[in-house]
Amino acid sequence: MSTEKTTPPSPETEKIGVYVCHCGSNIAGIVDVQEVAEWAGERLKERGVVVARDYKFMCSSLGQELIEKDIQEKGLTRVVVAACSPHLHENTFRTACGRAGLNPYLCELVSIREQVSWVHTDKDAATTKSKAVVSGGVERVIHHEPLEPLVVPIHPTTLVVGGGIAGIQAALEIADAGFPVILVEREPSIGGHMAQFDKTFPTLDCSACILTPRMVSVGSHPNITLLTWSEVTRVDGYVGNFTVTIRKKPRYINTQLCTGCGICQEKCPKKIIDDVYEAGLSYRKAVYTPFPQAVPKYPVIDRENCIFFQKGTCRACEKFCPTNAIDFSQNEEYMTIEAGNIILATGYDLFDPRRVTQYGYGRLANVFTSLEFERLSNSAGPTNGNIVLRDGVTPPAAVGIIHCVGSRDRNYNNYCSVICCMQGLKFAHLVKERTGATVYNFYIDMRTAYKAYDEFYQRVLEEGTLFVRGKVAEVTDAARLPGEDGKLIIQVEDTLAGIQRRIPVDMVILSSGLEPRHDAKQVAQLFGLSCSADGWYIEKHPKLDPVATMTEGIFIAGCVQGPKDIPSSVSQGAAAAARVLGRIQQEHIALEPIRATVDETKCSGCRICNNLCPFNAILFHADRNVSEVNPALCQGCGTCVAACPAGAISGTGFSNEQILAQIEGLLLLNLTPKYTLAAL
Amino acid sequence: MNTDTFEPVIIGFTCNWCSYRAADLAGTARVKYPPNVRLIRMMCSGRLDPTFVLKAIAGGADGILITGCHPGECHYLEQNYKALRRFQLLRRTLAQMGIRPERLKLVWASAAEGVKLAEEITCFIEEIRALGPLDWPALTGERIPVASGFISAEEGGR
Repeated sequence: MSTEKTTPPSPETEKIGVYVCHCGSNIAGIVDVQEVAEWAGERLKERGVVVARDYKFMCSSLGQELIEKDIQEKGLTRVVVAACSPHLHENTFRTACGRAGLNPYLCELVSIREQVSWVHTDKDAATTKSKAVVSGGVERVIHHEPLEPLVVPIHPTTLVVGGGIAGIQAALEIADAGFPVILVEREPSIGGHMAQFDKTFPTLDCSACILTPRMVSVGSHPNITLLTWSEVTRVDGYVGNFTVTIRKKPRYINTQLCTGCGICQEKCPKKIIDDVYEAGLSYRKAVYTPFPQAVPKYPVIDRENCIFFQKGTCRACEKFCPTNAIDFSQNEEYMTIEAGNIILATGYDLFDPRRVTQYGYGRLANVFTSLEFERLSNSAGPTNGNIVLRDGVTPPAAVGIIHCVGSRDRNYNNYCSVICCMQGLKFAHLVKERTGATVYNFYIDMRTAYKAYDEFYQRVLEEGTLFVRGKVAEVTDAARLPGEDGKLIIQVEDTLAGIQRRIPVDMVILSSGLEPRHDAKQVAQLFGLSCSADGWYIEKHPKLDPVATMTEGIFIAGCVQGPKDIPSSVSQGAAAAARVLGRIQQEHIALEPIRATVDETKCSGCRICNNLCPFNAILFHADRNVSEVNPALCQGCGTCVAACPAGAISGTGFSNEQILAQIEGLLLLNLTPKYTLAAL
Repeated sequence: MNTDTFEPVIIGFTCNWCSYRAADLAGTARVKYPPNVRLIRMMCSGRLDPTFVLKAIAGGADGILITGCHPGECHYLEQNYKALRRFQLLRRTLAQMGIRPERLKLVWASAAEGVKLAEEITCFIEEIRALGPLDWPALTGERIPVASGFISAEEGGR
């Protein structure tokens, strides 16, 4: 890659341009950018700087043209831009250099915004630091080499992990465009949380009616391979060429023979409380499909509860199965698939309101979670849609809905869970409509942004639902006043009226917040992603790149990125699909050429580097007694470069020369004595 | 030297995937910390060649900060453990050279921990300020007074 160069680069041979960005007032408000540019032009002249400019917005087209013009007219051989983080605009300035005929990798972007002007308050010190940072960049860029990006083919298959609405949308978009998709879901059926809901706000259309047709499309799509009851256990490779290991848990059902008739479920003698789909409100059998519209239609046998697996006898399902589809001899299988891109849509867990002990969930029978209420109000649910108390028969006369349970609360989660306000309004409407009960909403702030949401709020207000602004202190069954006997009493400060209220109700619904999946961190590690402090996966850019991640080729969609409602999850699923499709249609992707290479003439064959590489990218040639780095497997971490005792391994883009020079520059050792730090 | 006005210079090595992003996040969130630290981006803390640390000390840095992903969270699976080994080795080496090992600090900071990184930087700057200037170049070469102590431009450099 460095074959073009004949003599090592030095300040004498290089012509460096320095460009200092104001970023409006973002940088210029703290850093004297003009002084930094003038200083660089004068004091760094002997280090090869031939032009130094400051400009209002370097990333604007005019700013970029400034650089391009200088490259062409002044024959610049190196460019240093002092602006924002390289994670934001490195590519912008590299591309600008490329347009002007300079190899893009001869450009260095140093950060004086995120790491200087935004974090420091002393203007003089910030200006001095900016000079040091520019000086470091100038010294570093002298040692840059012209590089070519590594072009790798993109495997056309996409792996989608998670079969909720976001994953379903992503899978369908890609499959409809004609490319293969592998959809992995760990539950027996796809559908996710949306399959548990009754109505969706604000239109109140039936969740199943809009979701199940999509589930069926996924199940029958010729381009989608659906792997339910399966989990990803290992991810190797890189963008375009991932190798993923998937564990298929045994269903104990031969899916070739099973017709989904349901006789096995009818005959199974073992009943278990269904904690997942029915939120603990109903039972399922040991052989089960989570719900009648499940996709795929095949049931699974829950080994932990199956009488045959536990006691060795029973086999009722086997006896009655008309197609002999029951197969107790199945074992888990591991399969390896190739994929070019991965979309993670693994969703959320509901906040467990047991943690808010003062609300009494788990202790007071008629305190329900939002998910329990979804099942209760669902016409296909345990009560056929009758909203009744825990006894299963009594309709409530008064219902209290508590918002922000576990959200916007320093004891639990600081963030807003987004959906709970609208969900609380939806519940209020459904209770009112079906039981005529008095409904109270206890809220901190009503947040009804987005299309038609506030109109729905107005509608619920007009229906006569009562709203109390204040955080509920306690839900108790300890009656103190007349009329409280046998009721749940909600103790709350009404912050609009400025009084304490005790409101007796029959049923309390806790609008629980959303939390990252309990194993979100492990899954993030598996795929090489980062989690925010709250545990949501971090997008590449919060505004401009919301579905990509810092790991090339891995995208996120839906609640895995943060709490969101169904329309937003669907949008993200489609957005992630669009990003992936763009990649697939290019057929190739250009990667950063940050790789390690071994200089065989220097390698002593000591093999110290061999065991340091976690990607097994270093091969040892016993015949020649040298090690070699396989560039296709090398990920560019540079650990072997740092470890080689002979200095035989060089790390492209982050070479010893570059980093050592940058240290000198940052410490201003590159200046002649009269221009030392004191003279700044 | 008057230690009241002593402003330490600290070189910080950061990982592209975690601590550099944490530094970016501190910026985006406008978290403040003193300007005494100058950061260098590497792809991984495993890239840290021990000579980088020695070079920075020889060049006049008063303290060195090594940062990387939390154990178990390395973007390259396990390379931060190699940084940990080198950190331990370097601390011993520095002690043998007569340099207080506390001048070298290792901090784990994930991409989400902008506030934590800023706090650690602030704390480290104060620790180094308390230790006083290192003056390493002054021991080996010509003394040139500069704001942060003494830097030998001739010999400390190359």
